[in-house]
Amino acid sequence: MRAFLRTQLWPAIALLAILTLITGLVYPAAVTAVAQLAFPTQANGSFIVVDGKTVGSSLIGQYFDEPQYFWGRPSAAGATPSNPGGYDPTSSGGSNLGPTSRRLIEEVVQRVDALRKANGNAPIPADLVTASASGLDPDISPAAAAYQVPRVARARGMTVAAVQALVAKHTSGPMLGFLGAAHVNVLQLNLALDGLLQPGS
Amino acid sequence: MTNLEALVQGLTLLAAILLATRPLGGYIQRVMAGERTFLAPVLRPVERGIYRALGVDASREQAWTSYAISVLVFAFVGILVLYLQQRVQELLPLNPGGVGPVAPNLALNTAVSFETNTNWQNYAGETTMSDLTQMAGLAVRNFTSAAMGLAVAMALVRGLTRRGIRTIGNFWVDVTRATLYLLVPVAFVAAIVLVSQGVVQSFNPAALVHTLQGGTQTIPVGPVASQEAIKELGNNGGGFFNANSAHPFENPNGLTNWIEMFLILLVPFALTNTFGRMAGDERQGWALFAAMMLILVVAAVVSTASEIRANPLFPSQVSTALGNMEGKEVRFGAQTSALFSVVTTGTSTGAVNAMQDSFLPLGGLVSLFLIELGEVAPGGIGAGLYGHLVFGAILAVFIAGLMVGRTPEYLGKKIEAFEVKMAMLAVLAMAGSILVFTAIAAVTPAGTSALGNAGPHGFTEILYAFSSMTGNNGSAFAGLNGNTPFYNIAGAVAMLIGRFAEIIPALAIAGSMAGKRAVAPSLGTFPTTGALWVGLLIGVLVIVGALTFFPALSLGPIVEEFLLHAGKVF
Repeated sequence: MRAFLRTQLWPAIALLAILTLITGLVYPAAVTAVAQLAFPTQANGSFIVVDGKTVGSSLIGQYFDEPQYFWGRPSAAGATPSNPGGYDPTSSGGSNLGPTSRRLIEEVVQRVDALRKANGNAPIPADLVTASASGLDPDISPAAAAYQVPRVARARGMTVAAVQALVAKHTSGPMLGFLGAAHVNVLQLNLALDGLLQPGS
Repeated sequence: MTNLEALVQGLTLLAAILLATRPLGGYIQRVMAGERTFLAPVLRPVERGIYRALGVDASREQAWTSYAISVLVFAFVGILVLYLQQRVQELLPLNPGGVGPVAPNLALNTAVSFETNTNWQNYAGETTMSDLTQMAGLAVRNFTSAAMGLAVAMALVRGLTRRGIRTIGNFWVDVTRATLYLLVPVAFVAAIVLVSQGVVQSFNPAALVHTLQGGTQTIPVGPVASQEAIKELGNNGGGFFNANSAHPFENPNGLTNWIEMFLILLVPFALTNTFGRMAGDERQGWALFAAMMLILVVAAVVSTASEIRANPLFPSQVSTALGNMEGKEVRFGAQTSALFSVVTTGTSTGAVNAMQDSFLPLGGLVSLFLIELGEVAPGGIGAGLYGHLVFGAILAVFIAGLMVGRTPEYLGKKIEAFEVKMAMLAVLAMAGSILVFTAIAAVTPAGTSALGNAGPHGFTEILYAFSSMTGNNGSAFAGLNGNTPFYNIAGAVAMLIGRFAEIIPALAIAGSMAGKRAVAPSLGTFPTTGALWVGLLIGVLVIVGALTFFPALSLGPIVEEFLLHAGKVF
């Protein structure tokens, strides 16, 4: 028994305590220190500040349904009757509906109807009728942006070409040409439309 | 993204892993043998201090029984402390969200989950865990459970390759070295790179944001990057946020996504080279590498082919160009999401950048089958190597031996009844846990009331849950609400079986093989390098997996794929 305590139980307790100190306190503290010194904006959430007010994070999507803004994707994050739009960062997640789910198909049909009412009868890019994985997807596909250009231009009294130029400016290809997919950051694009995006942010 | 871009992405990942395997494999071999490496000036004193505090003589090795007891005691202490930590987290510091104690059966499930390298999560991190619990509890287990897996793998390889020594290493030394020299330094560098791309690392409270349309948004941050790095490197997979690596704060762009996939695959593949070096013939390691990589590549191709399809039940006005985007992020797209799903289930990671539950049936089937193969392509950190050796190599030489009617040999030692019995014990325990728990859940209200989807997809949710927990993977068909007493407790049992009913037989094999005399290779010795061996290895793994799980898979994703095309919804 004494041997067990000395050669098994004590090493287990001591090793857990020491590794908790090293990997649970020293390691994250060191990462935090370097991160806050070298990359403070990114480390704190890539927030966008306009006139002293935080209007969002460039990495976190917001809900848009007004015609003069580009709309993001359907969101299942915290979507409740009181917050039908979702995009609640305190409860990230997808719909988790399977491909043969009746509810999924019904929801997609409803979204298709709503989009056609607002945008006309062009084919609808799939990302605009499907809920994202995080519910906070900050992006839409270039096709989904192009699809909304006429509506936004009409609502703002801008020319289609002017809106298209802004969309092009906020479209990113796959990183390095092959990592991930092309995308348009919805919040940054909408800030640019409002003339609020400061250069460099 | 185009399929060509997706191919380039996959090939660059493969090439990077191929290039890293030999140098890292050699580094791990030297570290675990106690040789001096470039970090020694800084870490040697820390290492010595740890042994002194533990009262451990680093030069004294353990027999397999003593080694196994150390594994179990360390795991039990880890579970107990993590359980208590969750229960009293509101009394401890670093709780900016002011979250209360975690409920007992959820705390048990979570403690077992992180201690067994599973990281199955029946909770949403944002609202359930304090920063301290995440950082000094859950993320610590990400290190220790990974180090434990690596330790057991080293012990097994020592047993297989040693001549005339009955001991298989010192558990405390193995865990210490794996953590200090491998996991902490790599995770540190990776975490900083991730932060540079937008992964958050901050102890600020949640930010209140005034949105463009006049609403508000509460955006929590936290020490995410430090956890993200080890979560991928240690094949743990537990997300800081509920949405896991689909959350933009965990995985903000295509580059971080590639880095995270690289981190996941890095050590499991490198360990094949460590194994080869310890066996005195690196080709032995490359054979395992090839078997693992071939399975992984085929799985990636099939899963991608599945997910670039559009859901045929969608209205015709929806363009089919982007593929299946339900539960996926635009910045990754269908192909990158499919690749990540294969990387995470081929290993024991279980991190996700897209929701598995919303994959088309064929894509979900690939993930499920990779887990049910025993996560051997390439498997978890350490667990992949010992799983591959136990499920694959030992059974494969046994079957080859049966075919020619002579006693099988592996690495110059005879494989006899005891080893094959232990290997079969591990195979049966895993299959039994998955199938019996699934069967119970499928016919009881406690099991079926938690489902998020109906029809065959609902059955898949159950089968996936117990495959993932038994396999110590941790990814989920997350429509299933696992936070019920039944799933919390049955899941904890499944995770313990999956972990220790594989570790103990592996160590028993190590002990038995360590004591055996080497036999000289003869004309009848089946060579365990080369294409024939790789083929046999893959054949045994896939056939054992298929025979065991085909009936269950037929009731889930296979029948759902047919019903999808027949236009049936549930």
